[in-house]
Amino acid sequence: MNILTVKNICKKFNNLEVLRGIDLEVNKGEVIAIIGPSGSGKSTLLRCLIRLETIDKGSVAIEGKPMVYQDSNGDSIYSSEKDIRILRKKMGMVFQNFNLFPHKSVLENIIEAPITVSNTPLIEAENIADQLLEKVGLADKRDSYPCELSGGQKQRVAIARALAMNPDIMLFDEPTSALDPELTGEVLKVMKALAEEHMTMLVVTHEMGFAREVANKVIFMDNGEIIEQGNPQEVFGNPKHPRTKAFLGQILR
Amino acid sequence: MELEYIINSSIAIAKGCKITYSLFFSTLIFSLPLGLLIALARISKSNLLQAATGTYIWLLRGTPLLLQVFFIYFGLPAFGIKFESMTAAIVAFVLNYAAYFAEIFRSGIQSIDRGQYESADVLGLTYSQTMRRIIVPQMTKRILPPVSNEVITLVKDTALVFGIGLADVLRTAQIIVTRDFNISAFLIAGVFYLVNTLALTLIFRKLEQKYSYYTG
Ligand SMILES: Nc1ncnc2c1ncn2[C@@H]1O[C@H](COP(=O)(O)OP(=O)(O)O)[C@@H](O)[C@H]1O
Ligand SMILES: [Mg+2]
Repeated sequence: MNILTVKNICKKFNNLEVLRGIDLEVNKGEVIAIIGPSGSGKSTLLRCLIRLETIDKGSVAIEGKPMVYQDSNGDSIYSSEKDIRILRKKMGMVFQNFNLFPHKSVLENIIEAPITVSNTPLIEAENIADQLLEKVGLADKRDSYPCELSGGQKQRVAIARALAMNPDIMLFDEPTSALDPELTGEVLKVMKALAEEHMTMLVVTHEMGFAREVANKVIFMDNGEIIEQGNPQEVFGNPKHPRTKAFLGQILR
Repeated sequence: MELEYIINSSIAIAKGCKITYSLFFSTLIFSLPLGLLIALARISKSNLLQAATGTYIWLLRGTPLLLQVFFIYFGLPAFGIKFESMTAAIVAFVLNYAAYFAEIFRSGIQSIDRGQYESADVLGLTYSQTMRRIIVPQMTKRILPPVSNEVITLVKDTALVFGIGLADVLRTAQIIVTRDFNISAFLIAGVFYLVNTLALTLIFRKLEQKYSYYTG
């Protein structure tokens, strides 16, 4: 089942074309790894999907409902704020720099949105938070503050915080890039477990091992375009495009 | 004899406390929220609000507070607006201090990482929820030192109202000094300001400790 449909997204920053016509279809339960050189527009793509950036052209639909659509003149029209709120609630996002709320404890970080956004009763929100902390292996850090955690622990809290809103799609923007190498494993393990539960995931990553092992589909982006996509065996084993080959040659060396 | 004189002068000066304290607390109570509103307008997307608040801050920080007190007390009646001297002092102080607090709040808000807004946004928090629950609490920790500075300055600035004849602590002391040809009343006034600024210093130290449970 198609959960996310993206057609011909174009995005400019001033005069810089950062996305040049991206098409993407994501099925429920799919894990998509997005790879490509720095500056190729990977983060911008994710940010456009969750409307942290607005697109200039193209359309984005979630579960068949338009967040932004293209009218007959080719202009992109965003749906009403109310409808967008509903659609965005279906997505969670995890950032490279965690962006935890430093003044709130681990538990408070996780229950913040359920309580303020969804009006979940406190007890229920705490129960959900405890289950999620169990799941990411941080039950003992419930009452710690972000400043007391390692990078890997912070990122696992950030994942739990996003999951607390019960999203259908999770977006990860280089979730392990800010971590010391020895800490990436614990985060990737949590993400792998999520994938095994058939969470729909879009993961921008430089972890080729993870992409190869966990993703159903790998997308190679360069210069604002999708250059090549396919299953991991195809893209890693037998890249067709010279730019994919060059990139993989560099990164896997 | 000397001790009795000091006690009597102190009692007389204590009467001036009423003016000093009411000006101090009225200024704080009104200028802090007003300052926050001005700061929010200053960083809003509206060019008009930005320009209006920018000009406001420039005018009120760019001229002496005493001049502003004079303007409101002596100048505004020419435009048909007349205040009691105490009201005039409070209005001038609130407007002036709001400008300083606005700049402190603005820099405090702008020092918060953009990622905080983005993560609140993707979690579904509205702008006002984000400000109230995420940004302002973090800003409060960061602005405590500069706010503490301003508040201590305010204690001493209250003495400016002797310029419009209000009998605050300093003015009361001055009356006693001229009457008795004895400067001990000035020393008593000095001790009054020192005790109050010390108390404030300790209160702000406590507040900073309260927020020291996290870093970042
Ligand atoms: N807010 C912005 N304003 C201007 N340029 C931006 C902004 N965000 C990203 N860019 C530019 O867009 C290009 C793509 O950036 P990004 O999507 O972050 O790439 P990636 O995540 O693949 O490294 C880069 O050239 C970057 O400098
Ligand atoms: Mg990026």
